[in-house]
Amino acid sequence: MNTIDLEKQFQDKIDREIRIEPRDWMPEKYRQTLIRQISQHAHSEIVGMLPEGNWITRAPSLRRKAILLAKVQDEGGHGLYLYSAAETLGITRDQMYEQLHSGKAKYSSIFNYPTLTWADMGAIGWLVDGAAIMNQVPLCRASYGPYARAMVRICKEESFHQRQGFELLLSLSKGNEAQRKMCQDAINRWWWPSIMMFGPTDDASPNSEQSMRWKIKRFSNDELRQKFVDMIAEQVKILGMTLPDPDLKWNEARGHYDFGAINWEEFWQVISGNGPCNKQRLDTRRKAWEDGAWVREAAAAHAAKKAARAQQHAA
Amino acid sequence: MKQYIRKYFYGDYGEGRNGAADISTGQAKQEWPLWEVFIRSRQGLDHKHVGSLHAADAQMAIENARDVYTRRMEGVSIWVVESKHIHASNPDEAESFYDPANDKVYRHPTFYDLPDAVKHM
Amino acid sequence: MYSPLIRYTLHLADNALIMGHRCSEWCGHGPVLEQDIALANLALDYVGTARNFYQYAAEMINAADPAQKATEDSLAYLRDAGDFYNNHIAELPNGDWAQTTLKEFFFSVYLQAVYRQLLNSADTQLAAIAEKALKEIDYHVRWSSEWVVRLGDGTEESKERLLKALDEVWLHTGELFASDDHDAQLIQENIAADLQLVYTHWRTTVEKVFEEATIAVPAPAKTAAWMGNGRKGIHTEHLGYILAEMQYLQRAYPGCEW
Repeated sequence: MNTIDLEKQFQDKIDREIRIEPRDWMPEKYRQTLIRQISQHAHSEIVGMLPEGNWITRAPSLRRKAILLAKVQDEGGHGLYLYSAAETLGITRDQMYEQLHSGKAKYSSIFNYPTLTWADMGAIGWLVDGAAIMNQVPLCRASYGPYARAMVRICKEESFHQRQGFELLLSLSKGNEAQRKMCQDAINRWWWPSIMMFGPTDDASPNSEQSMRWKIKRFSNDELRQKFVDMIAEQVKILGMTLPDPDLKWNEARGHYDFGAINWEEFWQVISGNGPCNKQRLDTRRKAWEDGAWVREAAAAHAAKKAARAQQHAA
Repeated sequence: MKQYIRKYFYGDYGEGRNGAADISTGQAKQEWPLWEVFIRSRQGLDHKHVGSLHAADAQMAIENARDVYTRRMEGVSIWVVESKHIHASNPDEAESFYDPANDKVYRHPTFYDLPDAVKHM
Repeated sequence: MYSPLIRYTLHLADNALIMGHRCSEWCGHGPVLEQDIALANLALDYVGTARNFYQYAAEMINAADPAQKATEDSLAYLRDAGDFYNNHIAELPNGDWAQTTLKEFFFSVYLQAVYRQLLNSADTQLAAIAEKALKEIDYHVRWSSEWVVRLGDGTEESKERLLKALDEVWLHTGELFASDDHDAQLIQENIAADLQLVYTHWRTTVEKVFEEATIAVPAPAKTAAWMGNGRKGIHTEHLGYILAEMQYLQRAYPGCEW
């Protein structure tokens, strides 16, 4: 069968909502797109452990400490599921790490912002995880089987993340003046970066059409962003707080909230390395990896010794 | 000139911005082997494939599977097998493998039309 | 002043909290993703155990003096270092992976023996908490002893690092078995664990695992009375920093709900 027929057959499978599995034939570009997207997603989870990990040792109650630790640990788990999914496409985790550590691979720009107060733990859960969930739910139906399955597992686990964030902010909003101030300040700082998380605005492009056609993606950035804004604009009222956007208002005709212009310059600057914490985050990841090299070698060496001894014993 | 307007998607910042597209870089040195994990969610059920992980040896693989895949009481028993030991059927041969079962409808109980009077069958 | 039983319960709670705090410092920085997740599980076990013991201690404190209004959080966040009764080994810095796993090995084997004895404690609440904690600590012993063996019998570098860690940590193992003034009474009442018996289990296990790790067990660590011990609220310099970090929000914003 020639490539054109194979591609036609492949697209036909996708159109009929048949999942693609690792050993199935797939266009090289499909494989590359998936590797890029899944590994970026995995890196985002791993780097995403750091801004929140920053507060584990300072959590203000034992209950909050346990919740935050479990949440950050979950993110490690999610990174692991995603790296595993990408590995079915013929790339190793070490190779993906190398791309991350060398600065070649990207990850979600949101994690390059600093977590300055305890309220940031709430804002991240509510806004950042909220945005992530909105993006991730449709990915549970992505055309590539291992990716979709990883996303199902992730979405299931993620459901407590957003709730704990909102609950944390709710406690602050019911607290004293200082706590309410802390709460509003965190919302002010995290609002714009979190709506940037949906990515640049939709203008038709060959690239995206392809992703849609391959059903790696099912909704456009702007569709999801609007959905998110509509949801958060209502929820913020329960907190008795405001969103830092003077242009935010309900548009009866559209049936949606209108919102102000996003600073895309900031988005591209942060993506390309000039965010407040890019260097710090990458340095931390690199250090963990390099400091761990002797540990990984030791475990491998011990496993090899044990295997050799077992073989000798058997002989 | 042809003008491409790019459209980006969540988790996809595009190759034009140095996305991770190229996998040809450096060979991993001594990466711990990859293991496939199978978990029995409760007694009486089959072990089911849940994903994979890295570990230096089988014992560590089981423990890692416990720590990674059963954090929410998902399992009561774990199997691990090094991924390289899995032999799989070839999807290219799917037709000759699986299609022949298509026309053996007589293997299914619904194939047989029996009077309603016949109970418990 | 707290009763001996309350003090003993706080000692058990503080041990779990401070060690849990140290383990949690690794989150996001582990040598490999799977082990990062494993260590966070250990930390979560410890924090959970600490909460159980604190809640019980708070109950007893409030029963003795209703004006106290103690909670798990007031006990964890509003006592100063001199009122913490954890062992020194729990508060030592993590160091590298060798020091972390070795500390966790010594400590979890010690706790394993303590909790096993507490299963038969005359205080049924302590016994119940120990029963739950023991299941978790058995896994900690398994996890940490395997790492000690891997590092001891791994590469030259890993062995060297393990020996260096041993040099750092061993001195503090003596303090694990130093008694509080009230121990004799609590042991007589069959409430607390007898540290003599704990030591026997501890030494035997350490010898067994070290043999597999191909390293020698040093002579018992001496802890002289003048060195002080955690059971009496005398600590290393490290605890003050842990508390400064851990208690900062509760101290900076007193009386808040979080």
